[in-house]
Amino acid sequence: MSGLLETWNGEAVEAREVPLVPVDRFQDGLCQAIAAGGRVSALFGRRHEENRVLVTAVLADDRESRLGLLSTVVGARWPSLSDEFPALQAFERELAEQYGVVPEGHPWLKPLRFEHARMPVRDAFGRSEPFPDIPGDYPFFRVEGEEIHEVAVGPVHAGIIEPGHFRFQCHGEQVLHLEISLGYQHRGAERLLEGASLPRALRLAESLAGDTSIGHGLAFCRAMEALAGVEAPPRGSYLRGIALELERLANHVGDLGAIAGDVGFQPTAAGCGALRAEFLNATAELCGNRFGRGLLVPGGVRVDLSAGDAARLADKLANAFARVRESVALLFRSPSARNRTDGTGVVSRELCDALGLVGPAARASGASRDVRRDHPFGLYRFTHLPVATGESGDVFARAWVRWLEIDRSAGFVLDHLRGLPEGPVRAALPALPPGRLAVSMVEGWRGEIAHVALTDDQGRLGRYKVKDPSFHNWMGLAQALRGEQVSDFPLCNKSFNLSYAGHDL
Amino acid sequence: MIEILKARLRLGRQTVAWPDGPARFPERFRGRPVLDPARCTAGCAACLEACATAAVTAPGTPEMALDLGRCLFCGACAEACSEGALTFTRDFRLATRTREELVVAGDEAKLARALDARMRALFGRSLRLRQVSAGGCNGCEAELNATGNIQFDLSRFGVQFVASPRHADGLVVTGPVTENMLTALRKTYEATPAPKLVIAVGACAISGGPFAGSPVVNDGVAGAIPGVPVDLFIPGCPPHPITIGDGLLRLLGRVTHEDLRVATTGVVGAAES
Repeated sequence: MSGLLETWNGEAVEAREVPLVPVDRFQDGLCQAIAAGGRVSALFGRRHEENRVLVTAVLADDRESRLGLLSTVVGARWPSLSDEFPALQAFERELAEQYGVVPEGHPWLKPLRFEHARMPVRDAFGRSEPFPDIPGDYPFFRVEGEEIHEVAVGPVHAGIIEPGHFRFQCHGEQVLHLEISLGYQHRGAERLLEGASLPRALRLAESLAGDTSIGHGLAFCRAMEALAGVEAPPRGSYLRGIALELERLANHVGDLGAIAGDVGFQPTAAGCGALRAEFLNATAELCGNRFGRGLLVPGGVRVDLSAGDAARLADKLANAFARVRESVALLFRSPSARNRTDGTGVVSRELCDALGLVGPAARASGASRDVRRDHPFGLYRFTHLPVATGESGDVFARAWVRWLEIDRSAGFVLDHLRGLPEGPVRAALPALPPGRLAVSMVEGWRGEIAHVALTDDQGRLGRYKVKDPSFHNWMGLAQALRGEQVSDFPLCNKSFNLSYAGHDL
Repeated sequence: MIEILKARLRLGRQTVAWPDGPARFPERFRGRPVLDPARCTAGCAACLEACATAAVTAPGTPEMALDLGRCLFCGACAEACSEGALTFTRDFRLATRTREELVVAGDEAKLARALDARMRALFGRSLRLRQVSAGGCNGCEAELNATGNIQFDLSRFGVQFVASPRHADGLVVTGPVTENMLTALRKTYEATPAPKLVIAVGACAISGGPFAGSPVVNDGVAGAIPGVPVDLFIPGCPPHPITIGDGLLRLLGRVTHEDLRVATTGVVGAAES
């Protein structure tokens, strides 16, 4: 990671100290870092003089727990790296959409979330205004031939889920290709965060992906703390860690129930569907809201837990966890469920690394990657959770990794609830200094969340970059479907359970 | 098989007692707020400053009010008020029939009125709804899903979510309605046979929530499909499944009692033991 400005998760630097290099050296830096096993955690633009774009990359070295920052200035086009490093494809498309920077030679340049450019530029996709208001209204990749047919699904789906459009190219039941078009949920979240008051910015962060309120809320709070140079006190840090793991528990338990439902295994579907509520309700015992809204605040948490309440909550959770163990065991022991999940929707390790997958989806393919261990923050600097991995990269592995994570998170929550340190839960947050840049990463239940916050010359939020784990993983789902049956789509989809809102922002 | 049956027996009955029995909520649950302008010291606007969505209006005057359509129920206003002029109760009944009724002043629960006799005859025992997520963060969507699980089980009242608008009696909309979902929402509305209901769930669908004012959203259902009346507003961020159920069942005339039954702290829906 030579030539980069070194930083760590949850640290702030002077924005002007980020090395500014020519485009070729910037791209060489990216290539070298990726070739050496590093990852691009975030890459984003900012408006620069004369309608040029200042691009900044956050590179993660997972083995050394280091982050590196590098910037360059680009004009209307630059050479694409996506062919060589597919993990960059979405970043380059985002930059093209937001700033009109055309990545020349991009293998599949198309809009990412159908948002309007952030500055007056020529449309990178050659469209003319007004753009069609349906994100799916553009030429999909098509397979042609006798007996080939196309299946279109969405944006309004059969169940109560977020909108997206899925286009399958099929030969009979076999899926030759799946293309996913997102953007329907685009609310302009990043732009609203910029310049927002702190109370509003916090609520926006909690609403980036509603099932990840703690994950995104925590990334935001830690970014503010890094900028202001404060840290949450130990007790507050404990309560944050407990809330983050409760969020993981609720979602993983719910997902195992949903996967069971999709293979038609009713005992676990009903059992886990209801048991998920135990963890949501535990979060509500903490802060009054089942999704943890209103718990976090820059500087710590807003509410404390008495010793008696903590002990009661721990007992209740231990009981709920025993029932989860029982319910999940039924699923994994059922030959019919195993038959539907084994070998379904495989993502190989090579594909996983090429696409830069994160979270349980990556770990199920054998990639041992977890922000809690690799770039530890808060409580995780003192308590190390073993990272759960699978090998087969199929629906079974994604379910199995979730189960292992449930097991480990449950132990973590119980231990920390029973061993809360004394002291305050919240520190005061001083005014944010101007011209600083902070990178804040959190391992949400879907994987790596990365926030990059920059203050302007008055100490307000100037540019705020959000990266949800789904940003990487949607392409993983599309690839997992290749060669599968159309009827396996819901099952594969549940095993990834990605966020539309978190992607569309 | 024996193991499955044994596990099933151990789980027991899991459906919540509500609406016949008490609804259980955690101590810290934030339901309907109560305002006491008399306790509000003139000149202090701390509650307004703490509020992310400008839901508090006219602090320091007798007209002080809180708009539940904007409120995210984060409790920051109550925390900021040193005089206790603004507090949250555990009253989970929040849904109203009109947008105006969502504006709370003082201490009075405004309960959603039932549909007229004709509509009740049509939908009272079987209400099929099509949900449209139009920029929702998945919070409201998750809680709407929860209304169908074995704990809340709204299907016991004939309320179900269906896969197609053509099978539906109404729409449930979540999210601030993004520009990119506008066409899909309109088409779904048009595809629903009349007479049809429109129900806005969550702060985003009612007012835009934290996304209000974004150039790429419509600040909720009313702005997105003008001229289409909203029949029920269910506020919250996201509303609790029982708040959603209470609104729907009051709309259908299936719940009419006005006394509030909230048991002491407890996990909602835990098997009675």
